Amino acid sequence: MSALRIALVGSPNCGKTALFNLLTGSRQKVANYAGVTVERKEGRFSAPSGRSIQLLDLPGAYSLEAASPDEMITRDVCLGRHPGETLPDVIVCVADATNLRLHLRFVLEVRRLGRPMVLALNMMDAARRRGIVIDVAGLAQRLGIPVVETIAVKRGGATALVAQLDGAATGKPATVSSVDADLHAEVRELLAETVMMPRRTAEIDDALDRWALHPVFGLLMLATVMFLIFQAVFSWAAPLQDGIEIAFSAVGAWVSTTMPAGLLNSLLVDGIIAGLGGVIVFLPQILILFLFILVLEESGYLPRASFLLDRSMFAAGLTGRSFIPLLSSYACAIPGIMATRSIQDPRDRLTTILVAPLTTCSARLPVYTLLIGAFIPRQEIAGVFNLQGIVLFALYLFGIVSVMAVAWVMKLLRRDKSEHALLMELPSYRLPNVRDVAIGLYERAMIFLRRVGGIILTLTVLLWFLLNFPAAPLDAVGPAIDYSFAGRIGHFMEPLFAPIGFNWQICIALVPGMAAREVAVSSLATVYAISGGDEVAAQQLGTIIATQWSLATALSLLAWYVFAPQCLSTLAVIKRETNSWRNVAIATGYLFALAYLASFITFQVARALA
Amino acid sequence: MRLSELQKGIAAVVSTVEDATPQDVIAQRLRDLGFVGGEPVRVVALGPIGAEPLLVQVGYTRFALRRSEAARVRVSLAA
Repeated sequence: MSALRIALVGSPNCGKTALFNLLTGSRQKVANYAGVTVERKEGRFSAPSGRSIQLLDLPGAYSLEAASPDEMITRDVCLGRHPGETLPDVIVCVADATNLRLHLRFVLEVRRLGRPMVLALNMMDAARRRGIVIDVAGLAQRLGIPVVETIAVKRGGATALVAQLDGAATGKPATVSSVDADLHAEVRELLAETVMMPRRTAEIDDALDRWALHPVFGLLMLATVMFLIFQAVFSWAAPLQDGIEIAFSAVGAWVSTTMPAGLLNSLLVDGIIAGLGGVIVFLPQILILFLFILVLEESGYLPRASFLLDRSMFAAGLTGRSFIPLLSSYACAIPGIMATRSIQDPRDRLTTILVAPLTTCSARLPVYTLLIGAFIPRQEIAGVFNLQGIVLFALYLFGIVSVMAVAWVMKLLRRDKSEHALLMELPSYRLPNVRDVAIGLYERAMIFLRRVGGIILTLTVLLWFLLNFPAAPLDAVGPAIDYSFAGRIGHFMEPLFAPIGFNWQICIALVPGMAAREVAVSSLATVYAISGGDEVAAQQLGTIIATQWSLATALSLLAWYVFAPQCLSTLAVIKRETNSWRNVAIATGYLFALAYLASFITFQVARALA
Repeated sequence: MRLSELQKGIAAVVSTVEDATPQDVIAQRLRDLGFVGGEPVRVVALGPIGAEPLLVQVGYTRFALRRSEAARVRVSLAA
């Protein structure tokens, strides 16, 4: 017997994905639908009879009158119109038993398709706690389709559903609503006949929302949550990242001393091992950030945070949902850009992705520290403030202002000026389920390692090639990098970068600095032929550049780093998340243009004033 | 009156949803979500800045709406 193909459909927040996780466990495959960035989740399980069941978790939809790319996929698959997807044998429509007024309308819409279907009344535990009584048999009879109760967060909570799918063949609905029938009126009728609801809302939701959405306490609470997330992504991840870096450099050192010296040795150590390390080092931040996001999303707090922030973000051309991705971008733009998946409007999501690289990520700190330490006097201002600290703060502020400004300009430039809907449901509060959070985390990690990791690794090896070929002649006097392709590119760039005050050493360092912003420090050390550990090199480098560069050049380089997309991983993740090289080109182009402009103004003004 | 003019906590009933533009997808979506004639509706909370967005209870569900979205919904005070 061939596998039974089931599609899970339902409105957002009906617990459909939790049900999918309960049924398939870790046997899931996550990919994208061809040509779009909508996630396609498929899994398999065996029913007690031994029959294999293939389950497709379709994106949540409020209506088959699709209003977003997600909903179009759901509609097309249900209609058998989606290229590359076979028409499912049975549609399982999931509805939240506590939210039937909204979800039953969608059930009626799906029933109109006339396909074999089952209604899963999910969250029956929550419904019972709230004293909601549902006449399941009556509902099944009136709908003309099988209706089963499920509790997606409980082991064995889907037994009745599996038995239904495994047992009697599920036929087409006995009745369907006519095309012009008023589905809302039908829902009201069904509810009146089969559902007893003591109260329209959960008391606990009302009580929690009085605090969570309060203009003062709500914002305070949000600030606390944000501070905690920021702290966690910024500092809890640091020891893990250091550990990963130490481990990879130890492996690299071992390989480089064990293997005979030569090209292969260098490719392995400086190309592949360093490249792999450069990918895996992001994992701690990604996992910690997504742990918070998943818990907040599952508990229902995330839409509340968006509610509180929407007005201020909207003014800048963003949405309330942009806030958490942008905040996490302060630690690192990679997890930040991955977190934009919670933004429904594709235009808002793209804007958020494109401005995320402007936030002052932690990789900029080594560069800022080096330059500020070398050029800005450690002077006290007004007795309490330190001039170096003020410059650093100004650089952060510069980042925030440019996020807002660029988002605002993008809003002006957008051709599609139609209104962006907020129309956001604030679901009931729920306790996050450990299994769902764990599966979500595992998925994020895999997506990053497989799809983004590949691009980063390839580019790192390419960069290694540019840095090592051709080799320096035996009688070379300068550093080897000076003779390589990277060196030539640097020299070639020099006239172009002269108006912003960059010398040839900086130009060369910018080439390997494409790998990641902090690499610029070690590359400068290489160009100035300084050897020794990172700390020593940075200190010596500080002394050298303080004597050889002008203040205008240093300020210009600081301004450059506020904007320049000197991070291949960010570009790789933009490609992965938007599925378009065009967006990568737009991001790279506008960021380099802004960097050049900012550096040019900074350099010329600083030189004129000096 | 419009839903955007409704005071917080006052019980009202939806009369209709008006299209702000031809083939207004937002208006259609509001109707799909349950903003239909005769449905009880209430504003339960307001955003902290500019009293936006509005948190609206309709059916058993709460939706956050921006003012421009809520302005499409005509309501009358519950008797």
